[in-house]
Amino acid sequence: MRVLEEGRGELLGWLDPDEARRWMAEKKRRLPEDKRMSLKEAVERFTQDGDYFALGGFGHIRVSMAAIYEMIRQGRRNLAMAAKTAVHDVDILIAAGVVDRVECAYSFGHELRGLSPAGRRAAEEGGVRVVAELSNAGFQWRFKAAAMGLPFLPTRVMLGSDTLHYSSARVVEDPFSGKPICLLPACYPDFAFIHVHRCDRYGNAQIDGITVEDSDLARAAKRLIITTERVVEEDRIREAPDRTIIPFYLVDAVCEVPYGSHPGNMPGLYYSDEEHMAEWLSLSRTEEGVKMYLDRYVYSVRDFSEYLELVGGEAKMDHLRRLELLEEPLKAPWARRG
Amino acid sequence: MMDYNVTELMACVASRTLEDGKAVLVGTGLPIVAATLAQKLHAPNLLIIFEAGGIGPRIPTIPISVGDSRTFHRAVMAASMDYVMSCAQLGLVDYAFLGAAQIDPYGNLNTTVIGPHDRPRVRLPGSGGGNDAGSLCWKTIILMSQDRRRFVEKLDFLTTPGYLTGPGARERAGLPEGTGPYRVITQLGVMGFDEASKRMKLLSIHPGFTLEDIRENTGFELLIREEVSVTEPPREEELRLLREVIDPAGIVIG
Repeated sequence: MRVLEEGRGELLGWLDPDEARRWMAEKKRRLPEDKRMSLKEAVERFTQDGDYFALGGFGHIRVSMAAIYEMIRQGRRNLAMAAKTAVHDVDILIAAGVVDRVECAYSFGHELRGLSPAGRRAAEEGGVRVVAELSNAGFQWRFKAAAMGLPFLPTRVMLGSDTLHYSSARVVEDPFSGKPICLLPACYPDFAFIHVHRCDRYGNAQIDGITVEDSDLARAAKRLIITTERVVEEDRIREAPDRTIIPFYLVDAVCEVPYGSHPGNMPGLYYSDEEHMAEWLSLSRTEEGVKMYLDRYVYSVRDFSEYLELVGGEAKMDHLRRLELLEEPLKAPWARRG
Repeated sequence: MMDYNVTELMACVASRTLEDGKAVLVGTGLPIVAATLAQKLHAPNLLIIFEAGGIGPRIPTIPISVGDSRTFHRAVMAASMDYVMSCAQLGLVDYAFLGAAQIDPYGNLNTTVIGPHDRPRVRLPGSGGGNDAGSLCWKTIILMSQDRRRFVEKLDFLTTPGYLTGPGARERAGLPEGTGPYRVITQLGVMGFDEASKRMKLLSIHPGFTLEDIRENTGFELLIREEVSVTEPPREEELRLLREVIDPAGIVIG
């Protein structure tokens, strides 16, 4: 097959499909085991400095923020992130010095809230390097190629663009249609955290609402840590097996972390905490502010439950629940009016 | 004349561009406001789709993210990125809204960097789903501010393909046939694309602005062949819906 074009971006997370098969066959145990452990232990055991990793969810929705704070607390360094619509997660990880490289589909922005001061400052001053560009569908289909055990997936995105020139994709002539087609290389992150609504002790996990890339990412990740709002009995999963997005044999650890997506949104349970986001966006304008934020919310607490108390405890969580259920109007401190 | 701001005008113009019974891929902010307005007026069966998986929601309040729970509130389906993007690749999505920091005469867009890629003067978010939407949806509608720094002859970075270098260039690159930019809506006017050259052409100027304003704020030669009309200002009902129903907190429209 003639290669028409080759992206110059760094190829992160690619494995030869036979190597991937060997990893999955050896490391992913098909024996149901109780995988519950503390988040502290899961981060210690399954994440290493220098790893390339991805997070489930989307933007600030259903992202395992508790895992992010724990990685910062444990001083992880030199991580490369699959920044697939990464918002608060990548921003705080860059600001804390955990992430120094990103493969970027969407970073350095806070969607409707505007741009991310900390992440942008790092990108413009060299504190973080964008080693490859990609699109959102690009990430989705890199994970899908991996989840299918394929070396690549042909797609019709990124063609003709600098996004492709700076990606790790290649363009070939499709042997069927004769048209140029973009081949997205499979992506097997070293580890991934996926936050879910419920999960049993073995790792059978269910998500309410949109699943984003998580069904594919769960199969693509070499090590997968599930953080869950609640650990439920296995029977609860078996009562509704059509709801299971991630089966146990893909999962390496199960960590119960209620409100684990705070300050992000957990569909059906709690809305994003815009007061907290506004505090971060304001403080992160300066390095001193970043340090104040991290000292207060990450380093001065032992774990995520202490953090939750600090951000407002039960009263705050109840407020976010009412917002989610549309029982209270949203106030966005970062908006021009309102 | 009704008193309105430019964001409200842009929302109204964008809304009127959408047809009933079509599917539109939307982002946060102005696109969702425009699509919701269309649904409440002339396009009740406009199918709103979000890239993260929400299909056909009844949007209760403006989502902050294209993935938050409002994007699949009472939806017909809460799907996945794979499902939505595959539908777009399959040809099921008629319109997509895009924004940009820079646009060139062929409607190519930059949302990645200003300055060199390895040491950018300004680092922007990147493609997000923009490249995908601009590659796969039939017609893209671009909402952005117009000035000489943004309307440029040459982009610093081509994030999302418009018509690339002109007629036939998209197809030669392997992009789906018959797709591409359709409208560019700014604070000054509405632009389309010339059928033969695929270059941007002026369609209408917003009330209160002149051809001179448009020229002064465009860093390339804009085609002005046809008689240029004046954009219809927001109607009372449009403004009422925007201010009282769709965005009462002024999160998007200010």
